[in-house]
Amino acid sequence: MSEHIEEYLKSEYSAGWVTDVESLTIPPGLNEDVVRLISAKKEEPEWMLEWRLKAFRSWLEMTEPQWAHVKYPKPDFQALSYYSSPKSMEDRPKSLDEVDPELLRTYEKLGIPVHEQEVLAGVAVDMVFDSVSVGTTFRAKLKEAGVIFCSISEAVHEYPELVKKYLGSVVPQKDNFYAALNSAVFSDGSFVYIPKGVRCPMELSTYFRINEAKTGQFERTLVIADEGSHVSYLEGCTAPMRDENQLHAAVVELVALDDAEIKYSTVQNWYPGDSEGKGGIFNFVTKRGLAHNRAKISWTQVETGSAVTWKYPSCILKGDDSIGEFYSVALTSNYQQADTGTKMIHLGKNTRSTIIAKGISAMKSENSYRGLVRMNPGAEGARNYTQCDSLLIGDQCGAHTFPYIESKNPTAVIEHEATTSKVSDDQLFLCQQRGIDAEKAVSMIVNGFCKEVFKELPMEFAVEAGKLLEVSLEGAVG
Amino acid sequence: MLKIDNLTAQVEDLTILNGLSLEVKPGEVHAIMGPNGAGKSTLGNVLAGRDGYTVTGGTVEFDGKNLFDLEAEERARAGIFLAFQYPVEIPGVSNMEFLKASVDAIRTARGEEPMSSMDFIKLARAKCKEVDLPQDFLKRGVNEGFSGGEKKRNELLQMMLLEPRLCILDETDSGLDIDALQVVAKGVNDLRSPDRGIIVVTHYQRLLDFIIPDYVHVLAKGRIVKSGDKSLALELEKHGYSWIDEEVA
Ligand SMILES: Nc1ncnc2c1ncn2[C@@H]1O[C@H](COP(=O)(O)OP(=O)(O)O)[C@@H](O)[C@H]1O
Ligand SMILES: [Mg+2]
Repeated sequence: MSEHIEEYLKSEYSAGWVTDVESLTIPPGLNEDVVRLISAKKEEPEWMLEWRLKAFRSWLEMTEPQWAHVKYPKPDFQALSYYSSPKSMEDRPKSLDEVDPELLRTYEKLGIPVHEQEVLAGVAVDMVFDSVSVGTTFRAKLKEAGVIFCSISEAVHEYPELVKKYLGSVVPQKDNFYAALNSAVFSDGSFVYIPKGVRCPMELSTYFRINEAKTGQFERTLVIADEGSHVSYLEGCTAPMRDENQLHAAVVELVALDDAEIKYSTVQNWYPGDSEGKGGIFNFVTKRGLAHNRAKISWTQVETGSAVTWKYPSCILKGDDSIGEFYSVALTSNYQQADTGTKMIHLGKNTRSTIIAKGISAMKSENSYRGLVRMNPGAEGARNYTQCDSLLIGDQCGAHTFPYIESKNPTAVIEHEATTSKVSDDQLFLCQQRGIDAEKAVSMIVNGFCKEVFKELPMEFAVEAGKLLEVSLEGAVG
Repeated sequence: MLKIDNLTAQVEDLTILNGLSLEVKPGEVHAIMGPNGAGKSTLGNVLAGRDGYTVTGGTVEFDGKNLFDLEAEERARAGIFLAFQYPVEIPGVSNMEFLKASVDAIRTARGEEPMSSMDFIKLARAKCKEVDLPQDFLKRGVNEGFSGGEKKRNELLQMMLLEPRLCILDETDSGLDIDALQVVAKGVNDLRSPDRGIIVVTHYQRLLDFIIPDYVHVLAKGRIVKSGDKSLALELEKHGYSWIDEEVA
């Protein structure tokens, strides 16, 4: 392994600054009173509090999952704060004009369009800062089309029937340890409803920012696409550089009713920790979609951040002829660990799923793909295609593949392909001999490796994702 | 333009080049021949600045400058081009993207503007035709799944696009059928010019029927043991390399 690449991989995290705002953070610790306090802060109706408490009681009985190929110090759940909000948000600003400009600047600095007149005007944005949503753009315009796009906190007040009906319908409260924790203490996230037959007129996106130290962020997102509707949604995530680990335990639920289509993309760039492996976000996430007849759910993720990632965006293909897709790029460097993949659960007839997973490991990182394809007895004529590729940079990192295949229907077809390759000194020398420096060469090779996934991202973000990989691999050439 | 004086170089503590001297002036074509394992590829790699080779003695000047002061990519930008004996594959990176990045890097180093994508595509297509590669090669991954002959022609394509000052062709002819050989020879002959130097490393004299060299050198045991004109290549063909060994001994 040439020293060049080693040097070059010493990455600089560019989103690592802290916004200086006064925050109201509740004291660390977790018990029923804390759950009540969070609910009270959000002035939630009784049913919502009861729902949280039920989840909390289940969580107390559960233990942390151990099966993932990751090692980390067990978070001390009593040492975390479960709610933190910028003080200025306590007055509940009614529009973006009333929001503390310092908060909006946070998002501007990250290159996110917070004003509706900006260039990237085809994208509506919900901004979540620690535990609260700061504001959502283009609400009026979306409303004209009947599209609801707001924070989940607001949805609890304004669309209680939809929330009651669908919250926890895809990821039950007791689904797993972190989902139960999230259900008890979830703070904010986005709520989307696309009415029957409507094609959402713009891209929707949510940017999550963890700012406050020693807090957990418990994102909760719910997307409902009614019959025959269509929506494309993107989330982005960043956090300051801090020495201690921070927890992001999210739950995302997607419901695609008959003939609906949801495209959900993630560009995850949480702080990955420093070059010694200190600090960084623990990203423990449950994402799942339920597809009804002829519906389609497509997950695309570009995961470059976090110290530890534990994440399996999944599809339950319940309806006949429904389609599930998972396109993933997971890059780990330094001491990062990622255990990510998907579950495709085929219930309906002629259901189809495609999995394209690209793992890139550099330095001393560990990158695992874990995927389940299950064909239930009713999955007549169902098909899955899985392709899993690993790219190694250097020889101290690890790449692992854990495919699980269960078929209970003999007519179902499952195909699985896997490859492992290395960025070789020969490839780098070829590039250098043609005048291309090592830095550019590595990013070109990595981008080439990820091409099939990048082309699934919304146009505006494909470029961003490419740049993000470049930054994640950046460092001075020695 | 290139002045190699008493060069010695090692790979993993093994001395491979052992007092090699050679001078190439602009406009000249030099052929280097020699038995397997003589150090021909090593010479190309040392000149191009590949990692893993340690220069233990001697000097190399390129355009009056100490070549060893430059990193591999800087040598390329200064105009040294090595056509590889075994071109490597870079899956997923399209030939077009690779060629554009390369041409842009070299142009930038010369103080020129990067080419517009449209102009570049036109140019690349025209050059493809010259080396007898179909245009869809530009869309395919660099050398990905190319046959041996296609890889060699792809090297030639790169050389034609970059217009280097010094071309080093490392057995670009081996494994080619006669038609492909003529394509390569024509490409090289077209590149012959009063301000460009060319070093052709070859095993077979047949290439030299098409690319007539100004000088022929025999490289054995890490140094040039005999130099001459075109007729030396013919003699080598007739008598083999053992004849040289005897003469050197
Ligand atoms: N990277 C390397 N590691 C070890 N030995 C090498 C390496 N490169 C070349 N050699 C050795 O150096 C000698 C010269 O090789 P090479 O320059 O490839 O010869 P040629 O091109 O003339 O056939 C051979 O004995 C070969 O085994
Ligand atoms: Mg050789």
